[in-house]
Amino acid sequence: MLNLVWLIPGFPVLAVLINALFGKRYLKTNTHYFAVGSIGLSFLVSCYIFYQVAFNHVIAELVLYEWIMAGDLSINFGFLIDPLSAIMLMVVTGVGFLIHVYSVGYMHGDTGYHRYFTYLNLFMVSMLILVLGNNYLLLFVGWEGVGLCSYLLIGYFFHKKSATDAGIKAFLVNRIGDAGVLLAMFLMIVYFKTLNFTYIFNHTSLITPETATAITLLLLLGVCGKSAQVPLFIWLPDAMEGPTPVSALIHAATMVTAGVYMIARSNALYLMSPTSMTIVATVGAVTALFAATIGLAQNDIKRVLAYSTVSQLGYMVMACGVGAFVAGIFHLMTHAFFKALLFMGSGSVIHALSGEQDMRKMGALRPHMPRTFWTFLAATLAISGIPMFSGFFSKDEILWKAFSSEHGHWAFWLVGAVAAGMTAFYMFRLVFMTFFGKSRVDREVAKHLHESPSMMTVPLIILGILSIIGGYVGIPAALGGSNWIHHFLAPVMAGGGGGHAEIVQGVAIASEAVTTHGAAAATGGAHHDVMEYVLMAVSVGIVLFGIFLAHLFYIKNPSIPEKLAKRFSGLHKLIYNKYYIDEIYDFLIVKRAKQLATLCWKAFDVPVIDGIVNGVARLTVLESKFSGVFDLSTVDGAVNGIGTIVKSGAKSFKRFQTGFVQNYAFVMLLGVFVMVTLYLFF
Amino acid sequence: MISLSHYLVFGAILFFIGVAGVLTRRNAIIILMSIELMMNAVNITLISFGHYLHNVTGQIFAIFVVAVAAGEAAVGLAIIIELFRGRQTLNVDEINIMKW
Repeated sequence: MLNLVWLIPGFPVLAVLINALFGKRYLKTNTHYFAVGSIGLSFLVSCYIFYQVAFNHVIAELVLYEWIMAGDLSINFGFLIDPLSAIMLMVVTGVGFLIHVYSVGYMHGDTGYHRYFTYLNLFMVSMLILVLGNNYLLLFVGWEGVGLCSYLLIGYFFHKKSATDAGIKAFLVNRIGDAGVLLAMFLMIVYFKTLNFTYIFNHTSLITPETATAITLLLLLGVCGKSAQVPLFIWLPDAMEGPTPVSALIHAATMVTAGVYMIARSNALYLMSPTSMTIVATVGAVTALFAATIGLAQNDIKRVLAYSTVSQLGYMVMACGVGAFVAGIFHLMTHAFFKALLFMGSGSVIHALSGEQDMRKMGALRPHMPRTFWTFLAATLAISGIPMFSGFFSKDEILWKAFSSEHGHWAFWLVGAVAAGMTAFYMFRLVFMTFFGKSRVDREVAKHLHESPSMMTVPLIILGILSIIGGYVGIPAALGGSNWIHHFLAPVMAGGGGGHAEIVQGVAIASEAVTTHGAAAATGGAHHDVMEYVLMAVSVGIVLFGIFLAHLFYIKNPSIPEKLAKRFSGLHKLIYNKYYIDEIYDFLIVKRAKQLATLCWKAFDVPVIDGIVNGVARLTVLESKFSGVFDLSTVDGAVNGIGTIVKSGAKSFKRFQTGFVQNYAFVMLLGVFVMVTLYLFF
Repeated sequence: MISLSHYLVFGAILFFIGVAGVLTRRNAIIILMSIELMMNAVNITLISFGHYLHNVTGQIFAIFVVAVAAGEAAVGLAIIIELFRGRQTLNVDEINIMKW
């Protein structure tokens, strides 16, 4: 049955083919049957795989065929089934399925309906290959695939210049990171002669820690691109130009988590290099704080969520950096639930307000859209880290590990806790500005206020429930839980990858997720102390303070923000304009690149390349002129000359052809006479 | 007694009457008839020699010539009819487009 794992990306591939070939002409508004259905089937298969991995402890590597053979190097096209990929599969197909269902309602009536679902499914295919691949190259295929699809989906409204610009920006910024991944793969090929995960993680002794540092830092570059970390995070906020379900799918639940997945997958390599770990944690912490501050002052509802996503991704990366890979993946999962829900909820709000995204033109929407409000509130509580909601468990574990882990530092904890407070502030600011207070909705728009159709709200409710209970798989031991997810992922995160399956050509083999399982359970239980409770209380306190401030600023006394903005106008402007990062990049890189291009154009292309081309053209023209003269005089002369000779010769002979039949007869008679005479007398 | 010479002279006279007709007359039908006359002159010569030499080949050949003459007459008359339809005349001096 495990052989059927190829069906998981297989169903969407089929749907892509059907919708791409027949969508425009035949299926039209029916494309979603194939699109949603295929993801649903993938989800069912994923559930089965997850069941096998979770309860039968199956870890298997399924090699479909040998893909690349070049000298020593051999790369298979194969899938790796282990706890990490199983949990990613559940998140990707589960959340993906709900977003597909939501899209049916959200994109209803759009002219590019079939195009939208084709891209969306293609994206799912890429993402599934990314999480299922058994080697870095296959991961990279998915990696590039999701990059391409994000470009297509961000620029989906291609008639809008800003949307196509955002698509190109996302693509180009990602390309910088992709170069890093490519270089890392080259290094791995040099040292390992393969890109297979299992082999590499079992043979880390083949490389020195210095090489590991190089590889992991190059991979980190890719992570910065794909998971929107400082300094390459700039594409994600702009990517909000795409349709809202796309933001939910790509920029919350799936694509941006690819980087975190890759770090977690490569944990054996990262653990070899303390330098890399520190850099990863620092990048994550800086991103978490940096993006959170920008999120404080944004007015576009989707932009706030975008910066919140960047900030949360920073959290995950920081978790990986301090060695808490499980916490990173745990947060990835809970984040997928509540951030997809937040995006879809904001989509529902935007839908109700006829496309309005500015929070200053919202307010008091709670009575109009109760389902959206309650689910949105659940997600907000989850992301803020209110106890008993999913985000609390994952975020708290990250904070605790940031403080206590051997790779951790109290500074990381502090940054994380402050960012958590800011998160709570801007998320509740968003909720208060959107659903509470006085209505600032345009009168024309207010007439059409309505709750979204159940096609959209049912996925919201399901995700709302997941946002609340999703964290219960990882209740820390300190709170009397069993931290199930920790044990579940232990075989993958054991450092050396002790539980990995051996490669067997063509067939899947299952192996018991050996002893590490029990060992991790033992250590997990013994690890809590008073400090953990204190830190937990402090972070919850910070979060509650953030919520209190948001309440004070936006419900009780709405004039405070303006006063503050005036008083600290410089700071406010700086944050409001996102630290002018885009402008700085524009000035430092884009402008320089343009100058270089202009220089190349003016100094090289025009005089040299164009000169050569034009020179060749001129030479050709000159040569052809000579040829023309030669042709006219010599060749044509010869031809015409022959004609003239024949013509003038014929002038005298043609007199014989009189056309009178009796002349011919007479000549014949003469001929007979001549012949008879000759015969008779000679 | 009528000897071979008489037949040959008669054939020759008839042939030259035909030749004269072909060369001098302007009507295409008359020219055709003159050709017919020349053929018959040849027939007479063939049969005469056949009788004189006691060889039947001459007569057989004459019958061939008659058959060919019939075919020739049919084709020739068909051409003449088409010619007349096209040009409303059978004067061969006016039918002289087959030249440079």
